[in-house]
Amino acid sequence: MSLPTTLTDFSLAEARDAIAAKKVSSMELTSAFVKAVAGAKSLNAFVTETPDKAMAMAAASDVRIAKGEARPLEGLPLAIKDLFCTKGVRTTAGSHILGNFIPPYESTVSQNLWDAGAVMLGKTNMDEFAMGSSNETSYFKPVVSPWRAKDSNQNLVPGGSSGGSAASVSANLCLAATGTDTGGSIRQPAAVTGTVGFKPTYGRCSRWGIVAFASSLDQAGPMTRTVRDSAILLRHMASVDPKDSTSVDVPVPDYEATLESGVKGLRVGIPKEYRIDGAPLEIDALWSKGAEWLKAQGAEIVDVSLPHTKYALPVYYIVAPAEASSNLARYDGVRFGHRTKDDIRDITDLYEKSRAEGFGAEVRRRILIGTYVLSAGYYDAYYSRAQKLRTLILRDFTEAFKKCDVLLTPATPGPAFALGEKSSDPVSMYLNDVFTVTVNLAGLPGLAVPAGLTANGLPLGLQVIGKAFDEATVLRAGRSIEVAANFSAKPGTWWRAA
Amino acid sequence: MSVDKDTVRRIAKLARIALEEERVEPMMHELNGIFSWVEQLNEVEVTGVEPMTSVVAQKLKMRDDVVTDGGMAEAVTANAPRSEDHFFVVPKVVE
Repeated sequence: MSLPTTLTDFSLAEARDAIAAKKVSSMELTSAFVKAVAGAKSLNAFVTETPDKAMAMAAASDVRIAKGEARPLEGLPLAIKDLFCTKGVRTTAGSHILGNFIPPYESTVSQNLWDAGAVMLGKTNMDEFAMGSSNETSYFKPVVSPWRAKDSNQNLVPGGSSGGSAASVSANLCLAATGTDTGGSIRQPAAVTGTVGFKPTYGRCSRWGIVAFASSLDQAGPMTRTVRDSAILLRHMASVDPKDSTSVDVPVPDYEATLESGVKGLRVGIPKEYRIDGAPLEIDALWSKGAEWLKAQGAEIVDVSLPHTKYALPVYYIVAPAEASSNLARYDGVRFGHRTKDDIRDITDLYEKSRAEGFGAEVRRRILIGTYVLSAGYYDAYYSRAQKLRTLILRDFTEAFKKCDVLLTPATPGPAFALGEKSSDPVSMYLNDVFTVTVNLAGLPGLAVPAGLTANGLPLGLQVIGKAFDEATVLRAGRSIEVAANFSAKPGTWWRAA
Repeated sequence: MSVDKDTVRRIAKLARIALEEERVEPMMHELNGIFSWVEQLNEVEVTGVEPMTSVVAQKLKMRDDVVTDGGMAEAVTANAPRSEDHFFVVPKVVE
């Protein structure tokens, strides 16, 4: 294996192997990434940088390595989405209301990563409370994608909500990052930044210590430069956890061990309902190409139907705001978070003003939608009906998986768009998640893999969807796409400080 | 189904989010835009379909009813905008 000449160009697997072979120390590796982060301010990918903590963790890792006590991710610098609570390090969820929140505890997923030896570079920017598909709802200003269209100086969005993580992975500011995905928030930003994003099965990773958005949909997952790196990182993020009663007690396999097993004999379903009117021809062409790649490697392509697909987004925009309105009731200006400085009449006034000042426009809108659909007299018409539709959407997948082992779909309906292009029309913004949201409603694993570029040079991804807890097969199919696509494009370096 | 201005005021009150009077009408239009889009769910026949309660079939976990954590008033109140002696400070609630 020939290693890249620049440390920040290493994949997670390459860095791990180089550290194990003592070709590089964690201090060398970490300081290269700390410098990269410091030189990428124009992307606004981080809300909080933790260079001192990173170097201290790297030093401790080098001591362990020298003693022969290295753990699986020893000394590997990662970026953490600012939705994961990190003990003693500000955690904002991209919101003004948590602008000064310093958690006195650590999320289970991030604790698992530190227990495996990983190093924290900082906390990545995101849409406020993970509500958005472009990073433009962040209180800390939007993330800018390192990607630009050919011959263009226009700034593009990195997708969302895990846009800071996607931009950091894509621009080589970290070896890998964590993300969370409620309707597509890992897979959509990964697809539009040419990176790999994996939302595992609901219950695979503990949600404890992750700022809650919609609890029946939220799931953490890895964002990486290669499929192998996602296989490595997921194994160390996942765990059953007594602090999250929905985390599932099933063994976490060594996904890396089966990664190269290929797709010979694998039945790959193509759901016809994912061919949508108005989608760019490039999306359709890439999808067909993806099926051909898998067929050429011995997979069997099967046509399947998921008849309730078109209802997934409207169902999501009832279920997610309903759960959010309930989860976000905790921000009261009393126990933690922003409290109004205005004159107040009474406690209700304190709540109302603190929440109006602390939440941004999209979050306020979703809380109001959720409050309405759960209110007396409307619950059956909206929430209960949506949950019934959700049963039908899951049933569609269960039926399809009788005929196939995985599904192949596009990851997004288009490439990255310009900042401001869609922010005035909520419904058009919501449509970004049309191919990803079904997977959350059904709790299934979904992997976005970079597969090609548009004519003007912007990344597009394909999505592999698997059966519940069959992440290993999803990763194996994703790896086969990665090999065939041979995607090697990287964004330019216009954003780098001179 | 669509909401009127009074409904918007009532929802904002229920959600404990102050909504300035000039924001009521724009919010009404935004919400109605979204509600008219979700209206399409009424096309589907759902009689006899159970509403989903869990995506992954599993039994609700039980644990022993014992104290597992606690005694950390300092940490609990550390992020409070106002606290005194490990109490949260709020405006007078009872006359």
